[in-house]
Amino acid sequence: MTQVLTANRLDDGRVVFLTPGGDWSPVLNDARTAHEPVSAAALSQAGEQAEANSTVVGPYLIEVTQADGGIRAKAIREAIRASGPTIQAGHN
Amino acid sequence: MYRYDEFDHQLVAERAAQFRKQVDRRLDGKLTEDQFKPLRLMNGLYLQLHAYMLRVNVPYGVLSSRQLRKLADIARRYDRGYGHFTTRQNIQYNWISLEETPDILAELAQVEMNAMQSSGNCVRNITADPFAGRARDEIEDPRVWCELIRQYSILNPEFAYLPRKFKIAVTGAPNDRAAVGVHDIGLRMHHDARGRPGFEVLVGGGQGRTPVIGKTIRDWIEPEEILAYIEAILRVYNMHGRRDNIYKARIKILVNALGIDKFREMVDAEWQAIRGQGLTVPEAEQARIAEYFQPPAWASLRDIDAELDTQAAVDPAFGAWLKSNVSEHKAAGYAIVSLSLKAPGREPGDLSADKMDAVATLADLYSLGELRVTHRQNLVLTDVRQADLKELFRELVRLELATPNIGLLTDMIACPGLDYCALANARSIPVAQDISRHFTAVDKLQEIGALSVNISGCMNACGHHHVGNIGILGVDKKGQEFFQITLGGSSDQNATLGDRLGPALPQAEVPGAIESIVDQYLALRDSDSEPFLATYRRVGIEPFKTAVYGEEPVRRVA
Repeated sequence: MTQVLTANRLDDGRVVFLTPGGDWSPVLNDARTAHEPVSAAALSQAGEQAEANSTVVGPYLIEVTQADGGIRAKAIREAIRASGPTIQAGHN
Repeated sequence: MYRYDEFDHQLVAERAAQFRKQVDRRLDGKLTEDQFKPLRLMNGLYLQLHAYMLRVNVPYGVLSSRQLRKLADIARRYDRGYGHFTTRQNIQYNWISLEETPDILAELAQVEMNAMQSSGNCVRNITADPFAGRARDEIEDPRVWCELIRQYSILNPEFAYLPRKFKIAVTGAPNDRAAVGVHDIGLRMHHDARGRPGFEVLVGGGQGRTPVIGKTIRDWIEPEEILAYIEAILRVYNMHGRRDNIYKARIKILVNALGIDKFREMVDAEWQAIRGQGLTVPEAEQARIAEYFQPPAWASLRDIDAELDTQAAVDPAFGAWLKSNVSEHKAAGYAIVSLSLKAPGREPGDLSADKMDAVATLADLYSLGELRVTHRQNLVLTDVRQADLKELFRELVRLELATPNIGLLTDMIACPGLDYCALANARSIPVAQDISRHFTAVDKLQEIGALSVNISGCMNACGHHHVGNIGILGVDKKGQEFFQITLGGSSDQNATLGDRLGPALPQAEVPGAIESIVDQYLALRDSDSEPFLATYRRVGIEPFKTAVYGEEPVRRVA
């Protein structure tokens, strides 16, 4: 099972992912992946730290797949969080 | 409409300033999210799927053109150029930043608006008939009482931490356009034999995972006693409502657990203890608030039905719009015009900033500057001269706000669903879009007649699916979105909850299923004037099950 850590950025609420460099990126493809429980636990710990530092809100792990060099969220909910609404909003 | 007095101005300004400091402390790390969350919720700020969401109160759905321009301005400067009108007659912005929220609240205060108590476990925005003060069938103007209850409940310290949220709706017309039967308290105004007004009080209605139609706890409460009676209900609920389980915390659970008779006894005991004291509303205060809601200076006109009929005959599109989107006004020569936010393929309830500005201009030109937001997620121009209808229609067509579908199948309620909402299981908006693209023929829609389709993306039922004539509930089945159909719900004066039709369907099959239901109804109705709901109540669910699933319902495994 491959996982990445996601959260919402505190100041503007945007969806972000923890990167290998320890930053938070709005791009899922930038995320640091964890392939086994120990590295997933390290991600979670980094998330708790970032929450304590008031960088992000509500960090949690999500399941992803990796194919063709790209990271994709497995659950619909997480796919929508990562890429935005599936509708063309704001045109009404 | 109501104008803030000095106390309102001070309250809202102080609240915005207070929230600015709270946000600063959160951004500085002096408040944790656990500490901050209740504070932001009290100011209408949620953290949703993609960003913060700000819900702004539109008190009982009444809006001025000036306020709508400000809402457009906020959408443009602080959001992504649009807003979403909700079933609680409010507006939500989906892409708000925490840092900018204090500035937005300050901007709202400039036009006498706020986001106080639009979230949290407190008394929420009081909702009302969107045609209040204008409808020809109205016996009393509910806005006066909505405003009184708003002033009573806003920042009322005793009820700042209720077991759960609390929604109150008021109708002053026999035809209930405010869905009072599915509110924690629903107020229906009646006249006694001498023509004096009073309130029938319903309690314990609600939707969500345990839908309940409210029960009449009192047939008659005198107007001056209404605040004391509401306080008695709130106090009993505050003391005895459950706080151990969020899903059992609404007043409907308490009323059901005690039974309405026992609950009434407890409320009465509380009421007798406070009756005739400080909460008695003096006539002078009733009159003071009523003064804000005096009718505008309508011109002395006459109805022009014959001329409109002629125009409709020449222009059938105008005729179709007149039939479904224009309602009777209490003043001769005027009309109430509903602007449909449900054009084919659009997101129900959404409106761009540019169109908000355009609608504000139309309100000034054609409606004495006043608008309403409806709980079915449309807008209303309250005071349009019948002689201006044709011209206004042309303007609305240009803005794609003249879809002639008010009250018809494609006038769907839809919650934001999984495209925006952190709680949702499934996407509501794409289902609404599919249905509205499927049923575009105006003749067909008008032939079908009155039919409400309500869509929720989860069992919290923000899309009112329980009370849709056709309800659609999004469910998650092993990671896939499916949609459960219910039939026979209604939120009017004879409110009922829908019955489950059968196994949930994948999204692609929903429009076809709706078509099968509609075709069955057209085949079964006893006349063109028997609405869907009446046919359903007469024939029951079985013929519709057969229409959708065949003689032997297919068991779907998904």
